[in-house]
Amino acid sequence: MRRLWRYQETYVALVIVILSLAITLLNPNFLTLENLFDLLKSYTFLGILSIGVLFVLISGGIDISFTAVATVAVYTTMYVTLQHGGNIATVLLMSAAIGASLGLINAAIIYFFNIPSIITTIAMLNVYYGLLTVFSGGTWLYNMPEWFRRFAETNVISLVNPDGVPYGLSVIPLIWFAVIVAAGIVLRYTMLGRGIYALGGNPASAQRAGFNILTLNLFVYGFMGLLAGIAGVVEVMLAQRVATNSMVGKELDVIAAVVLGGASLTGGVGTLWGTLLGVALVGIIGNGLTLMRISSYWYNVFIGLTIIVSVGVSAYRRKLQRKRTMTVEVE
Amino acid sequence: MAQPFLSMKNISKRYIGVQALDRVDFEVAHGEIHCLVGENGSGKSTLIKIISGAVQPDPGGTIEIDGERFHDYHSIDAIRKGIEVIYQDLSLFPNLSVAENIALGEILASGDRFVNWAAVYEIARRSMARIGVRLPLDELVGEISIADQQLVAICRALTRDVRLVIMDEPTASLTRKEVEALFNVVRDLQSKGIAILFVSHKLNEVLQIAERVTVLRDGRNIGCFPAQTLDDRKLAELMTGKQLEYSRPVPVKLPEQPLLEVRHLSLRGNFRDITFQLRAGEILGITGLLGSGRTELALALFGVNPAQSGEIRVDGRPVHIKSVQDAVRLGIGYVPENRLTQGLVSQQPVSRNIVLTILERLVNRLRLIDHRTVRSTVKHWIEQLSIKVPSPEAPVQTLSGGNQQRVVLAKWIATQPRILILDGPTIGIDVAAKSAIHEIIRDLARRGLGIIMISDEIPEVYHNCNRVLVMHKGCVIAEFDTARASEDDIQQCINQLG
Repeated sequence: MRRLWRYQETYVALVIVILSLAITLLNPNFLTLENLFDLLKSYTFLGILSIGVLFVLISGGIDISFTAVATVAVYTTMYVTLQHGGNIATVLLMSAAIGASLGLINAAIIYFFNIPSIITTIAMLNVYYGLLTVFSGGTWLYNMPEWFRRFAETNVISLVNPDGVPYGLSVIPLIWFAVIVAAGIVLRYTMLGRGIYALGGNPASAQRAGFNILTLNLFVYGFMGLLAGIAGVVEVMLAQRVATNSMVGKELDVIAAVVLGGASLTGGVGTLWGTLLGVALVGIIGNGLTLMRISSYWYNVFIGLTIIVSVGVSAYRRKLQRKRTMTVEVE
Repeated sequence: MAQPFLSMKNISKRYIGVQALDRVDFEVAHGEIHCLVGENGSGKSTLIKIISGAVQPDPGGTIEIDGERFHDYHSIDAIRKGIEVIYQDLSLFPNLSVAENIALGEILASGDRFVNWAAVYEIARRSMARIGVRLPLDELVGEISIADQQLVAICRALTRDVRLVIMDEPTASLTRKEVEALFNVVRDLQSKGIAILFVSHKLNEVLQIAERVTVLRDGRNIGCFPAQTLDDRKLAELMTGKQLEYSRPVPVKLPEQPLLEVRHLSLRGNFRDITFQLRAGEILGITGLLGSGRTELALALFGVNPAQSGEIRVDGRPVHIKSVQDAVRLGIGYVPENRLTQGLVSQQPVSRNIVLTILERLVNRLRLIDHRTVRSTVKHWIEQLSIKVPSPEAPVQTLSGGNQQRVVLAKWIATQPRILILDGPTIGIDVAAKSAIHEIIRDLARRGLGIIMISDEIPEVYHNCNRVLVMHKGCVIAEFDTARASEDDIQQCINQLG
């Protein structure tokens, strides 16, 4: 029990509970199944990307380029699909494949040139996004195929609320759930996943222990790209158009959610649970402000303050702890 | 004698411009505890790297392990023959649990793609059982003590069928009690027929644990000696090739007025009722076991963790030391034990490290740093302390331990302190460099500084200090005048503490 307070995840969970209670007191609509389903659907995009970012952060790197990767992947996919047709499976597969390829390029550059990941991915964000702008001319794609729209509107659970309005759980969050399960298995039960933790914890030792650092890097950034490709499709499902500029610029929101969930920017530390909690907190703040009829301009202020408070509390605890044990270290 | 486990003959290794090893013969018998000693640059680490297969020797030498002769010897051969190296940095993953750290390499080597957590714990438990230690398997390695981390590294080495464990400076960051515990583990390994090759430059420890000692100097094997035939001094002479004399400080007349006076100083949970005086030109030693409060006392005097009650006087005037700035203003300097993390910016050049504490004084009229003054100041200190550097712009981390310690000293002496607190001034430094550092410290005292020297090593405080305080459980329990007491008196006092 005492151990729980060491983890930032605990604080985030606590904030979520308190916040949920507070919002429910002000607007009982918050704690309804309808609102929950709605939240899940809206935050699938952020949720999927956050898992990719989690992998990258655990490995000790960072990726800034994933929004551009998502845009390029889904734009190309829908462009081809609009011309040649396809189905939901081809769309998801193609977008994921393009995303993964771009991720592999990032990994190769980081590994072979030994450029810090932050610099590589900032540069590649510009390259990917720039190329897209050049070739698309910034034109948005409309008129998504009928089958694509129908899929996006599918509910796997259909219910009716007390006012007689139908609602349900969309198929879209199921994609997110699938990603969560897959990521959980990789991180906990495969040598690949443990290797990512090892790499982030101590790169030199990981190499000495016999991990293939190139493989690990390729996987981490490739997986990030793959998830970006899928997240791009999710965004288009929700908006039913492909915009060239709707995703780029949201990188820091995603990274913030993951860091909020306890992942460390210095690598080696982070959990799937924490990331889910981080995304949940970001979602609840956004949704809660709407339900409480507070101007959406306040949204960024609240997100920022929440990060400072929750990261700050656990960091401060660690600082106190270090101070207490400092003399021991000196000895 | 029976056939040795490891036998190397005529091993040479030449790096560009440096003959790291010169026709070295080396042997480790089955199940023996063998120590390898030598100063920095004597070729110890090259020899280890060759044994572990990480580096290949120049043609002409032979390596024979367990009766099998190798022409081309690589890491994979070493692993197959059951040779494990525990490097000084331990190569652990601080963010992973103890169990995983122990078992990860074994699972990786088995080629499994999936992790069976039951097997992880099983491997870890089996390994711990072999040396009879208990470690908290679920705790993160980054959160356990260095001594326990060392045990994790040993357990990890034992997951395979190991025949020879090489430990590189295993005691560098352990307290005396922890060293004892480690030695018990080492003897236990030996009783299971595992040979241990111990690399160290703490001579008293070497002599305590080893059966045989091989001495390297300048890449040559000086000889292999049974440990009973050696003592500290003999070993030091073999390592350096010089006659070493521990000279005693010359008694000088000290001024009546104490430079620093501490009365009834207390800090709850750290130390209590500390009273002592320090005169200008005097070296005061403080020794004691781990947790005796000596470092805590130093940190209080330097304002890091200020004392709660009691009185401090400098030049007879009562002063308040509530922060490091207060201490520095009063002319107190502190050289921490852990120079790499606390005393130096190791990636930065020597020059910048030296002037770090005195930049204030090196500015010109425009309040900009005057680089000409900086250069001459740096040159002055490099000469004064005879720091061996290829250039003042070489990063500190490229220097040997002894030279790094000189840079730390230079940095603090440059502030022209009147009181200098040295915590473990020669930890991790080899014998010859040690006596040079001692000479510098005595010279500082002759120039009128008051020096407090904190050290584990009784000979070090005895031979350098005018007086020695022994601390235990936060209190000063004994004071010795080194002109009258003997080294044994102090040692006995410490031994009684247990």
